[in-house]
Amino acid sequence: MSTLTDPPKESFRLSMLIYDTRYRSATIQAVALIALMLGAAWLINNTLANLNTLGKTISLSYFTETASYDINQRLLDYDSQDTHLRAAFIGLLNTLLVAVMGCITATVVGVLVGVLRLSKNWIVAKVMTVYVEMFRNVPVLLWIVLAMAVLIESLPSPRAFRGENPEATMSLFDSVAITNRGIYIPEALFSNSLGNLSLFGESSMRFDVSLDLIAILVVLIAGFFVSSKIRQRADRIQEETGDRPVVWWQRLAVVLVPFVIVLAVLGFHLGYPELKGFNFKGGTHMRNSLIALWLALSLYTAAFIAEIVRAGILAVSHGQTEAAGALGMRSSRIMSLVVLPQALRVIIPPMISNYLNLTKNSSLAIAVGYMDITGTLGGITMNQTGRELECVVLLMAAYLVISLSISLAMNWYNNRVKLVER
Amino acid sequence: MNKSVFLGAMAFAGLAAGVASAGTLDDVKSRGTLNCGVTTGVVGFSAPNAEGVWEGFDVDVCRAVAAAVLGDSTAVEFVPTTPKTRFTALSAGEIDMLSRVTTWTLSRDADLKFTFVGVNYYDGQGFMVPKELGVSSAKELDGATVCIQTGTTTELNLADFFRTNNISYEPVPIETVAEAQQQYLAGACDVFTTDASQLASTRATFETPADHVILSDIISKEPLGPTVRHGDDEWADVVRWSYNTMVAAEELGITSANVGTMSASATDNPEINRLLGHEGNMGEMLGLDPQWAARILSAVGNYGESFERNLGGQSAIGLARGLNALWTEGGLQYSPPVR
Amino acid sequence: MSDTSYVRTEMLEQREPPASTVGVIGWARANLFSSALNSVLTLVALGFVAYILSALIPWTFQSVWNAESLSECREIMIATWGSTHGHACWAVINDRWLQMLYGFYPSHLYWRVNLALVLTLAALAPVLFSEKSPRQMIYLTLAYPFIMPWLMWGGSIWNPISAAVGFAIVFFGTRHLTAMTGSLIAIIASVIAALLWWMAISAPVVAGLSSVIPIGIETVQSREFGGFMLALLLGIVAIGVSLPIGILLALGRQSDLMIVKAICVGFIEFIRGVPLITLLFVASLLLNVFLPPGTNFDIILRVMIMMTLFSAAYMAEVIRGGLAALPKGQYEGADSLGLNYWQAQRLIIMPQALKISIPGIVSTFIGIFKDTTLVSIIGLLDVIGFSTAIRADANWNGIYWELFAFIAVLFFVVCFSMSRYSMYLERKLQTGHKR
Repeated sequence: MSTLTDPPKESFRLSMLIYDTRYRSATIQAVALIALMLGAAWLINNTLANLNTLGKTISLSYFTETASYDINQRLLDYDSQDTHLRAAFIGLLNTLLVAVMGCITATVVGVLVGVLRLSKNWIVAKVMTVYVEMFRNVPVLLWIVLAMAVLIESLPSPRAFRGENPEATMSLFDSVAITNRGIYIPEALFSNSLGNLSLFGESSMRFDVSLDLIAILVVLIAGFFVSSKIRQRADRIQEETGDRPVVWWQRLAVVLVPFVIVLAVLGFHLGYPELKGFNFKGGTHMRNSLIALWLALSLYTAAFIAEIVRAGILAVSHGQTEAAGALGMRSSRIMSLVVLPQALRVIIPPMISNYLNLTKNSSLAIAVGYMDITGTLGGITMNQTGRELECVVLLMAAYLVISLSISLAMNWYNNRVKLVER
Repeated sequence: MNKSVFLGAMAFAGLAAGVASAGTLDDVKSRGTLNCGVTTGVVGFSAPNAEGVWEGFDVDVCRAVAAAVLGDSTAVEFVPTTPKTRFTALSAGEIDMLSRVTTWTLSRDADLKFTFVGVNYYDGQGFMVPKELGVSSAKELDGATVCIQTGTTTELNLADFFRTNNISYEPVPIETVAEAQQQYLAGACDVFTTDASQLASTRATFETPADHVILSDIISKEPLGPTVRHGDDEWADVVRWSYNTMVAAEELGITSANVGTMSASATDNPEINRLLGHEGNMGEMLGLDPQWAARILSAVGNYGESFERNLGGQSAIGLARGLNALWTEGGLQYSPPVR
Repeated sequence: MSDTSYVRTEMLEQREPPASTVGVIGWARANLFSSALNSVLTLVALGFVAYILSALIPWTFQSVWNAESLSECREIMIATWGSTHGHACWAVINDRWLQMLYGFYPSHLYWRVNLALVLTLAALAPVLFSEKSPRQMIYLTLAYPFIMPWLMWGGSIWNPISAAVGFAIVFFGTRHLTAMTGSLIAIIASVIAALLWWMAISAPVVAGLSSVIPIGIETVQSREFGGFMLALLLGIVAIGVSLPIGILLALGRQSDLMIVKAICVGFIEFIRGVPLITLLFVASLLLNVFLPPGTNFDIILRVMIMMTLFSAAYMAEVIRGGLAALPKGQYEGADSLGLNYWQAQRLIIMPQALKISIPGIVSTFIGIFKDTTLVSIIGLLDVIGFSTAIRADANWNGIYWELFAFIAVLFFVVCFSMSRYSMYLERKLQTGHKR
């Protein structure tokens, strides 16, 4: 051990390992390490012995077998003949989808509510307080279930759209159908499509990316790039001559014209949902389970974010507000230009943990039947294969990777904000 | 602050007490209670009533085994399990037997290493649709939204059925029957599919049961039965024959009402005499006393009585016996001879 | 000089403020209609509140309280109001509320649960309202960890006493041996003695004492625990046990010992990185696999262990925040007094750091308490699990909103009062200048 590799010159007594501060920390660490390794060995030994008694072996080969169950909500192609691994991957993408949607909505709603709670309007402030307290003090599982129940019970079923005098009609010029199975919105279709770019071949991770989308994104990014160049040139001319050339129409044109041209070339049109048979066909279907989970998670987390934002705003010295007021700024400007930027420094660290919580809470998706990774890998796959150990370990690893990436990214952002602030 | 070690010590005590000995039968006898895995609640099969007493068709099997082994049909610890936890609970020894609407399949038998001791309910996966849709066959369900209970064989059967018939559907996976029922009633799905018995029991509690039809298509075989671990044949025999006793008793005409007189004195039917301990030593062969079968029948009654009480005419559900009638009446329920 | 004066010579009578700035109107003008935007917001908010209440109030109060089943409820509704829509059937709560609170706990022993809850509050009093409670109550706090489990699980009184004896061995052993052998050896020796007592000696002693002086109360299996009581019990045990673990983890995370630090950071980040539901899967599916073959303890205990580990990681972060908030001078002051590490922690650092952390601890508790509802997913009959079981009764199949409303109110009452307490504490601990 490390304690013995570097023996001291003077006579060494064993008791010095405990009483001599030079060695004590090394002793403690060595003991801790040995204890940890013994503990791990004990656990592994038990696991192997138990699995042996049950006649099971640890093997990942099950994940390449046919899943033979269907998943309704999927971002990529999948059918019941795909492998369990593919099903897990689809579930992972669903987890990420609801987490990203939830984080964005929670931030928007949370900041809004946090600011409104400080509003001078008594009734608005009270309504916001009631919202925050209601959501913070009732378990999120209950909110998810209730959100689903509200959607199911209050919205019309597709059957109500049928017949001569339907009870329900589509909204927004017959383009959006709001039903209790979800919301059908028009989808973007391309008649001269460029096709798909298939990544990772035929493996379980295969990933089709629409080339149309890539083309549009490339054109848009290039447009914005050129537009920013035009702005820089205008800035330069202003510095040199004092006159700012009028460039807004140039900047708008370099973004919009190529964009419209690309859309026209690709044959862009909208596909509207239509009631056919039992369900609406066509359009993009945002399922109830996704909407309920998304709403419940974002409203629940927004209540916490609102409190963080409120505390952050209150933490900004009142002198700042008064000084900004003395400069003659309007109160909305004071909020957006003086208070919020300073509050951001206090707000961001607890925000990170709320984003993490939202992502982790998305694992409650099984309560509404949204097939996230807990529903596929940790749900049906685990039930059908009976490989609890492998499934749970993989499930934990997946969440760990997501959580650590979020906290790394947010910490990086936090550090950047800190530097700017200094 | 001191609680951690105290709990640790308690855990340790539990640990020392929980070390399994050779046979489950001896374990159960020395413990004095039977640990029986049931559902967290399925109408007619297992649910706690207002007094906290578990009732249901599957619960009766647990009570029968407890009556046979321990002489007390109330000496059962009911352990609620989910589709996910049921098999682990059984293989880890947390429960002695599983009586939980579990389908007997080859892989559960051979791969998960369980022994199904019999089939107490012959079921099959069916579909329920609102009458107003005018659907008469499952093959007309192209494009329908289907509510399914997850964690069971149901979703596999469904995927196979729609794939082989080459029709599309939208699955809505749901954790509990109660939520599936809510979605179905609100029209969030067109079809509700699960075991036909559960469809019937769910429909019975609707506000207007007549507005819904259960399609005649049964797309799978779902033999549901009590389950024990592989490798303890004595225990499997006890559970198997506790259940068989209920079936045999119905065939022989023994009921909870007349079992008292029949077990008091020998009858002229040798099979009844063997079952009730007047002839032979059937109980001893199972490691039980001669009165075991009499106790089962006086506690829960025969198969038919249990069925009527929990699922049939005497309950709110009102299921017909169907496949679960005795073999003598055209059904499949059949007990091997008690001999 | 004339007497002409341009300044008023006598005071004017004080006048009432204009009617538009006082009273209800003034208040409304200032707080509700101060600008066009505010007026719109006020109207929208009022409309929203009116909409919600108009649906909620008739549903809540035009309701059926006495019925045997949902169908009977519906009959009564039809007879009274002509429709089943928009009326609650509270009869299900009336029928099952005891079950939803206590689970399968034997009804003649409910007093034990209630007493345990009262004791919990009493034991917390010295911590939560330190200045208002008598000093002697600290003894109740010390005895509480032994009394509460005994009340809940029952059994011989000698069990908790023997558990307490072990701690007495550690306490007195350390105190008396230190003079003879030095502190470290004294601690090690008395801990070993206590372990020896718990593992080997106490069982026969308890058995002997129980047969001679059989004092005890009826045993209750943990399987019978359920309902809202289970959520409270899980929350209290998880927080109580995780506090010492959390302190150790927080200290480990701050320590200079690299390996110890790595272990602590690894544990905390792992637990905080995975959802609680996966840890509960471990408790229900895997914990038996990780333990020596043949060991088997019941699911409630396993869930308690995982919930404790889970809350320990969060607790560690809360306490780390408390430690970080202490001025460095406190650490240096303790060092300059010549206190060693543990003395400094015990006498200087921890009392202050823990006090700062109390609001954080309370909010962690609220979080854990709400998270206990997840145990329904692994099949424990907590209050949400029970709502499923109740709906599996043919009498109540199909009932929905009433059960969830009841559960939501239960959680809201408990969590809201705790969060109010935490706010009160924050105000009390606030030393900075508020605007």
